[in-house]
Amino acid sequence: MEIAVLLKPVPDPAQYDKIQIDPATGILVRKGLKTVINPEDKHALEAALQLKEQHGGRVALIGMAPASAVETFREGLAIGADEAFLCSDRAFAGADSLATSRVLAKAINKAGPFALVLCGSTSADGGTAHVPSQVGELLGFAHLTHVIQMEISPDGRATVRAKMENGYRESRGRLPLVLGIRRELNTPRYISLMGIMAAQGKPVHVWSLNDLGLDKGKVGLAGSPTQPGKLYQPDMKRKGEVLQGEAREVAQRLVGIFRSAGILG
Amino acid sequence: MPELKFTEAQEMLRKAVREFVEKEVLPIAHRIDVDNECPVDVFKKMGTLGFAGVFVPQEYGGAGMGLTERAIILEEISRHAAGFAMILMTHHLGVEAILAYGTEEQKRKYLPDLASGRKIGGLAVTEPSGGSDVGGQQTSAEFKDGRWVLNGRKCFITNSSSADVTVVTARTGEDAKGRPAFGAFILEAGTPGFAPGREENKFGLRGSGTGDLLLNDCEVGEEALLGAPGNGAKLALATIAKVGRTGMSAISVGILRGCLEEGVKFAKERILYGKPIAKLQAIQLEIAQNRVDYEAARLLTYQAIGLKESGANCDAEIAAAKYFSTEAAVRSAKRTIDLMGGYGVMNDYPVGRYLRDAMATIPSGGTSHVMQLVIAGQTLA
Repeated sequence: MEIAVLLKPVPDPAQYDKIQIDPATGILVRKGLKTVINPEDKHALEAALQLKEQHGGRVALIGMAPASAVETFREGLAIGADEAFLCSDRAFAGADSLATSRVLAKAINKAGPFALVLCGSTSADGGTAHVPSQVGELLGFAHLTHVIQMEISPDGRATVRAKMENGYRESRGRLPLVLGIRRELNTPRYISLMGIMAAQGKPVHVWSLNDLGLDKGKVGLAGSPTQPGKLYQPDMKRKGEVLQGEAREVAQRLVGIFRSAGILG
Repeated sequence: MPELKFTEAQEMLRKAVREFVEKEVLPIAHRIDVDNECPVDVFKKMGTLGFAGVFVPQEYGGAGMGLTERAIILEEISRHAAGFAMILMTHHLGVEAILAYGTEEQKRKYLPDLASGRKIGGLAVTEPSGGSDVGGQQTSAEFKDGRWVLNGRKCFITNSSSADVTVVTARTGEDAKGRPAFGAFILEAGTPGFAPGREENKFGLRGSGTGDLLLNDCEVGEEALLGAPGNGAKLALATIAKVGRTGMSAISVGILRGCLEEGVKFAKERILYGKPIAKLQAIQLEIAQNRVDYEAARLLTYQAIGLKESGANCDAEIAAAKYFSTEAAVRSAKRTIDLMGGYGVMNDYPVGRYLRDAMATIPSGGTSHVMQLVIAGQTLA
């Protein structure tokens, strides 16, 4: 079974306190930030590896990120993927989810054919959860997100359970499919030392705008129909007020403050 | 000298080991210390990931990495559980002895199980007469009717109860000059006449069981002999220097990082005089000293290991790394306890364990006195 796993490098949660937003563009400043594999993408990769172990085939990682993110893709190869395709070009910068999906869909077609495309339902940074469905539409594949259970038989029949607000929905279908995976699906494996050694010899293909043959106006900030609205960093300073006077009087004023803040009934 | 810089693969390894340790080892670190028991299931899980055979070539089922990668693993485990790292460190002693001195047949027989963590290894040299006095060993190995018969008692042997395969040194006779000659033997747990004896109650590096190994007319075939009959002392000293001392040094670097990180965390959280104690200069000086001890130990350790991997003769550099790192770990743990005030002596915090563990790293692989003699010997030569 040929499986593509969409992998997104996201800022390391350990560095969330260092994240800045560019005040001019309203976009996350990623330069200098350590990245990790988007947590739900690890579950997608685990699902792909389990399917490969059952049915054979190959698992390819596909993603769009600056060239410096190659280490994150190498980590995916160490976990067990066979090869990686990193779409990297200055023209891709500032892409919204649709412009990103155009690049990913093109790369999937170029690196494919794939019977199954797996990815995390949501990214830990942007969190739009648009990409699985947009990629599915662009590829002409059926697509489902919030997948918490799935069974895929060798003849391509799929039974998929997706989480909903008040329960779950079970769907049956056939490959090809795009599935957005949630963390409930599985427990990702640890990286083994043998995996790290093997990853050094696995191919990482870096594709530019020209390699993908995409129109510059359809990618990056220029090709993004949505633009960030006003983004600002909240003032994290705590408001302080010193109450002075007799204990009883101070206590009464304190209760008054709590009441007006809705803390006391 | 170029800066100490790890490769991309080594950085990935560190991240992978850290993730494993934080999920699988950190939650049981306190329990390992209290119960003084080796969590064999977690060891075996580490084995499946390649930790147990990190420097074993892939043809024998290992990961095919080196001593630097091994040190990264030991450092990361020791950041939270030095006692557990000690089990792996000692396992590697047995692995190295077989890898360096074994016949092809012995390597094929033992290394795949040891490298995958299916079996735990060990090395038994020390006797009641002493550890560094290798020539004073009394355990004997007599060659009778085509078989070796071993008698004696080994003590302070880590993994004595948990090891499946132990390399044991014993006196095989005398050399041409009439000096005692020693051999090394691969003994499997359950061999008649070979059994663990009393278990010690250590105050540090707990979890890594340490105790006696008893040999009472333990009879093994010629195939159990590791290396030449007179090669046992060389095997023991070389293995302890290459794998034992570098391992203890790496474990100490892990403890030092633990002291530094726990000290910083506490100093930022503990409020005194209306502000975090990190704002107090007296505390800042302690943090600075912890940082310098950690950085210096790290540099000495990875440099010595790098030299060893390049094939250099670097016993003095390894001894310097071991001497400095283990002593620094004790200093740093004591200092961290001091800066934490009363909290420092509470077992709710791990730093008390760090101090006990750091103390226990000093005699393992040769005391600080012995390390200084090695350093002085090479310096004055």
